[in-house]
Amino acid sequence: MTSLYERLGGAPAVDAAVDIFYRKVLSDDRINRFFDGVDMEQQIAKQKGFLTMVFGGPNNYTGKNMREGHKHLVAQGLNDSHVDAVIENLGQTLKELGVSDADIADVAAIANSVRDDVLDR
Amino acid sequence: MAYIHYQGSDYLLEEGETVLDGLLRHGVTNVAFSCKAGACQSCLMQTAHDASPPLAAQRGLKETLKSKGYFLACQCRPKEDLTIQTPDEEGLSCLATLVEKKPLAPEITLLRMKPEAGFSWRAGQFVSLVHPEDPQIIRSYSIASLPETGLLELHIRHMPQGRMSAWAKAAALGDSLSLRGPAGDCFYLAADKTVPLILAGTSTGLAPLLGIMRDALASGHTGKIFLFHGALNADGLYLEDMLNQWQHKHPNITYKPCVLANGQDIVAEMKAAIASLNLAKAQAYFCGAPEIVGILKKAAFLAGVSSQNILSDGFLLAPPPR
Repeated sequence: MTSLYERLGGAPAVDAAVDIFYRKVLSDDRINRFFDGVDMEQQIAKQKGFLTMVFGGPNNYTGKNMREGHKHLVAQGLNDSHVDAVIENLGQTLKELGVSDADIADVAAIANSVRDDVLDR
Repeated sequence: MAYIHYQGSDYLLEEGETVLDGLLRHGVTNVAFSCKAGACQSCLMQTAHDASPPLAAQRGLKETLKSKGYFLACQCRPKEDLTIQTPDEEGLSCLATLVEKKPLAPEITLLRMKPEAGFSWRAGQFVSLVHPEDPQIIRSYSIASLPETGLLELHIRHMPQGRMSAWAKAAALGDSLSLRGPAGDCFYLAADKTVPLILAGTSTGLAPLLGIMRDALASGHTGKIFLFHGALNADGLYLEDMLNQWQHKHPNITYKPCVLANGQDIVAEMKAAIASLNLAKAQAYFCGAPEIVGILKKAAFLAGVSSQNILSDGFLLAPPPR
């Protein structure tokens, strides 16, 4: 039984997905204000870490850094609807890359598992 | 909390404080620095006895410098005590002689400097000049010329109270100074000579873009090449005649100067020019004012340029003298 991360294609799949995903996020008026003024290179590196994590791959994400990293955004009004939008963009990205609905559901479940950390509750 | 041992004294760093900030806070004055963002490499220091500094403090340094314990003081947050020294200039800097100087614009001067034999670079990288009378003043300038010319072409913008640009203003042919580098990864890389090249920048951000363009032309690049040069007012645009001639001579070149104070929007100009292109393999280079560089990067990315094909060099200014 191969892992979800391996099935999705590992690190090359993350590289393929990151531009599509981040472009969707920056074009999404529901959430793009949270990315105003952030450095693109740093943000792409972070998004790669995020994608690796939700693909079930080796990552350094911890509840603590998810919480710390988003606290300033929670103060600016980050809530469940924004997390939903991110997960929706994630799903559409994977669909474009030909990932099965079952695998997309697994990825969404991992993303959902950090929701409370991201929203600091 | 870590102690820094430097020139016979011990300095306690606060939690999370960088070596540079800590030394400055303790009143140590003989440390060089400029951008304080890990880019310019002016604050280069070295550990004693080849001890290893934190990895993050060596980002962007050449392997030869890393192996000798060089690090950037502004990026160095040691967890343990560290003994440091001013960097050994041996193998770090090179002497260069001024061989040509001419005005490009009211506030911009072109310098051509001849480095010692063996100094190599890629057009678009930068060198850091060390002020001949005050070695703590180290400022970075991008290279507009190809290594085949044997001369470093630099565009110096005169800054109010700028000590390095004052040197450039007063310097005479034959004067020399030492320089460090080259560093930076903003140079021509296209393995495929048919892809679009998108170059945009402000003020002396033109210097590295010219270097990249010269490299592309010398390499036989056949894809479209777009150059957008922005300046606050018309005085800040320069080399327009030469660039118009290039545009005339090379049908693949599009040159668009933008006077920002007249409402010419460099970002909008770029977006309009590249909107109908296939950008999947395009290479984009952005140099100059960091805020505009950030906006250009985002716009190019959203237009379809791959994030790994976007290279940039935001020019961070040194704080004015106290």
